[in-house]
Parts: sequence; C-alpha cells; structure tokens
Amino acid sequence: MIITKPRDWSRIFANLQSVGAKSVFLMGCGQCATVAKTGGEPELEAAAELLKAEGYEVTGWAVGEVACHLGGTKLETRKRVGDIDAADAVVVLSCGAGVQTVAESVSKPVFPGLESVFLGNVIRAGVFEERCQTCGDCVLDLTAGICPVTTCPKGLLNGPCGGMWDGMCEVLTDRECAHVRIRRRLAEQGRVAVKVVAPKDHSAKLKPGALNLRDRKTPSAGSGS
Amino acid sequence: MSKLRDALERGDFVVTGEVAPPHGTDMSAMLASVDRLAPYCHAINVTDNQGATLHLSSLAASRAVLDAGSEPIFQQTCRDRNRLALQSDLLAAWTLGLENVLIVTGDDPRGGDHPRAKGVFDLDSTQLLEVARGMNGGVNMNGAALDGGCNFLLGAAAFPEAEPADIQLERALQKVEAGAQFFQTQAVMDVDVFAERAAVLREAGAKVIAGVLLLKSARVIKFINERLAGLMVPEHLAKRIGESMSPLDEAVELAIEQVAALRDVADGVHIMPLGADDALVRIVEGSGLG
Repeated sequence: MIITKPRDWSRIFANLQSVGAKSVFLMGCGQCATVAKTGGEPELEAAAELLKAEGYEVTGWAVGEVACHLGGTKLETRKRVGDIDAADAVVVLSCGAGVQTVAESVSKPVFPGLESVFLGNVIRAGVFEERCQTCGDCVLDLTAGICPVTTCPKGLLNGPCGGMWDGMCEVLTDRECAHVRIRRRLAEQGRVAVKVVAPKDHSAKLKPGALNLRDRKTPSAGSGS
Repeated sequence: MSKLRDALERGDFVVTGEVAPPHGTDMSAMLASVDRLAPYCHAINVTDNQGATLHLSSLAASRAVLDAGSEPIFQQTCRDRNRLALQSDLLAAWTLGLENVLIVTGDDPRGGDHPRAKGVFDLDSTQLLEVARGMNGGVNMNGAALDGGCNFLLGAAAFPEAEPADIQLERALQKVEAGAQFFQTQAVMDVDVFAERAAVLREAGAKVIAGVLLLKSARVIKFINERLAGLMVPEHLAKRIGESMSPLDEAVELAIEQVAALRDVADGVHIMPLGADDALVRIVEGSGLG
C-alpha cells in the first residue's frame, strides 16, 4: 500500500490563501489512506474541525472507495457536485495519485492534504516498512527475497559497504545490514551469492510508468512499459 | 608510468598518504600538504567529497597534485554520479594523466554537509571496478569500443577486520574478481586478525596496503568510536593513548610498531595522519621506510 503522512497544515492554509479560498470540500480515500489512518473518516472529521477553527467553511466531505481510481472518483465527485460547487477549493487526504485523480474529476483548485512517502509493507496494524521501490528490474531472485535496492540505505547490489559494523548498518545503526541478512538467508538455503550482481536496468523505471492491458492481444511476458 | 604500479609489481613495501581537496578553490593548503608528504610516499590519495561533504573535485585536485610533481591516487565514489558521469570522469582522468584510481562506494549523504542531497549509487564499487576494468580493455560498460582506452591501476577499499568476517572477505574477493588490483584497507587495529584476512586477498592476486591511522588524542579516538562508520578503537589502544603524557608522540610510536608488524603481512601501508603531516614523516622515518 501507499504510505502517507500528514502534511504540514501551514502549507495547506497557504495553498488555500493563494486562491482566496474561504470554503473547502474534503476528499479522503477508503484504501491506503484509511489503513494508514491519514485519510479515512476520522481524519476527515478532524480536518474539517481544524479548517472550521481557522474560519473556513467546510461544504462537505467524502471518502471515495479508492481515490486513485479515476472512474470511481468521477462517480463520487458527481454524487457530491453540489457541495463541491459550493466550495472554493478541494483538499484531498490521499496519496498523490489520488490527488491527481480528484484534480482530473473536478474543476476547482485541488490541493494535497498529505505527503506520499513510500510503498509500504504492513508489518502489523499501524506499522509500515518500505521494502519495495517498484524499480522494475527485480533482484529478489538473487537476494533470497530481501531487497537491497530498498533496504540498504545506499541501495547497493554488491554489499555490504565498508561501513558495516558487527553486522549492523552504517547509516541506520540500529538495523542489521541488508547484505548480512541476504548472505545469511542464502546460506541457510544452501545457496551462494552471485559473484557480481550486474548494474540495474534503470530504463525499466523510466517515467512515467504506464501499462495498458487493453493493448495486449495475448498474455505475454512484456516489460510493462 | 605509475610509480605505485611499478613499486607494487617489484614487491616493494609501499607507502601511501592522503590529502583532501579544499572546500573552495584555494589549493594552497592541499599542495603544501602534498609537498610535505610526497617525499615519503609512493602515491597520495586525493579524496572525493569525503564524508559526503563538499570539496573541490578529486579530478581537478588529482591533476594539481600531478602538476606539483607528485603521484596522485584519484578517488572516485559512486555516490555522486551515474554510470555515464563515472565513465566520463574515468576517461577524463586518463587524459589528465591520472593512472591510479581508488574506487569506493562513498558515504551516505545523510551523514554529510548536504544531507538533503540525492545519493546516486547508480553503480556500486564492485560494479564500477568491473566497468573500469572493461575500459582498461578498451570498451565501455556496454561493450562498445572506446576511441582510445585507458590503463588504470585499479584500487578498492577493504575492511579486513570487519565482522562478520566471511561476508566482508567474500565482498573483497568479489572486488578482486571485478578488477581490483590493490586494496587500501580500513585502519588496522589488530595485526593478527588483519594478517589472516589479508593473506586470502594476497593469494587471490591483489596487493594489500594496510591502513594505519594516527590515533593522536583521546578526543580523536572518541570521535572515531562515536562518529566514524565501520571503525572501533579497542580499549587497550584507547587507554594507551589516553593515559600517555604525550598522546601524539605515543600515537606515532604506536603507528611505528604497527608498520613494523605489518611489514611481513601487507604490501604497504596507507598512513592517515588526520592532518598531522609531520607525524606521517616521523612514522615513515621511524619505520626506516624513508
């Protein structure tokens, strides 16, 4: 899921002031931002209270099913067209993908209410860790299912770096070095590390990513680009 | 011709030193350091934005060292440049007459003076060594022929005393496989442990230049233990320096003892005097290497 964290409200207020907004409509997201407790119903209610306390009128709020789903968001905003028309601006408590979908669905100025920080694994409720960077050239087959691109702060494929101390990471000193974990797990499975892992293919991650399943005539092992 | 290469090939016990390019454009202090160190060193490392802090480019500074009549080891870190820039700078280094390269990963930007910088790390040090070896053979990293190649002496960093040892040793061997011809190591703290692990690298065909760090004061030792990644001064050494009437002299003595102990188990020493250039001179002379 996409992990979001609250954005500094001073920036949101500055955004609203920049367009002279006096009234606001709030949008959240029923998926990731709800799980991350940043853009679900309780957070939208809290945001509404905060806005009111600052003198803004809140014309309404809605938590769509999936903010990044264009069709669903268009449907949701159409249902609330009156409240949105009554607002000078829309603040979206979702990841950046959701903000852009809402921006495409309404004509009002749309501002992000959260910061999108990473693609996270849910370790347990409320505890998230970044373990994948969606780099498009996966090395997990070589690394015993532990991603060095993401979990080594330097993203080194051939590690550990010279800063590893007692098996611990140089940068995040309270964590075990990703390469120590990789080598150990490989050894436990009776596997040996590749001599030299080749440089990554960054073209697999050229921006912007796009994938159109409708273009595919037959299932294939396409690049996804 | 690289004097360092010649000396290593001859089997001489080499001495290397280190200077940092300025944080600015005035190279006078660096060159004064070079003047002091060069008569005692086969070559002098020129660091590359060390500690992820901004300095004049190692490329330009290395050339300035060469112009000053000394032999530089151009350091190149993977932190600040992508594969195009790294290869481009290697080609530039060769055209500038720089024949020795030390390829390192580089410290994380979060520990430096630009903590908001993007760490590039497009290649890691092992990968870059392999690229540089290819360039020595006249091809770029995609195998395309270069219009004029290079013939660098390729160096890498190693940390023989790190634990778990097998992983670090495997990593160093990986670098030999990728093209490392010599290593400069982290500061040696335990010569016996070092000797055991350096032997493996020497058997694999690489020369091993052992790091000797001047532990010049209790304050420096505290800094190393608390702030420097991947290095820990053992208690007995900290005590010896800390309780000495003259810590600097004691540190020079200790370094001389270390050099003597390393004579038979390494191919040279890389002396890091932490700005005390005269101490390097005293260590080299005291060791009979001058």
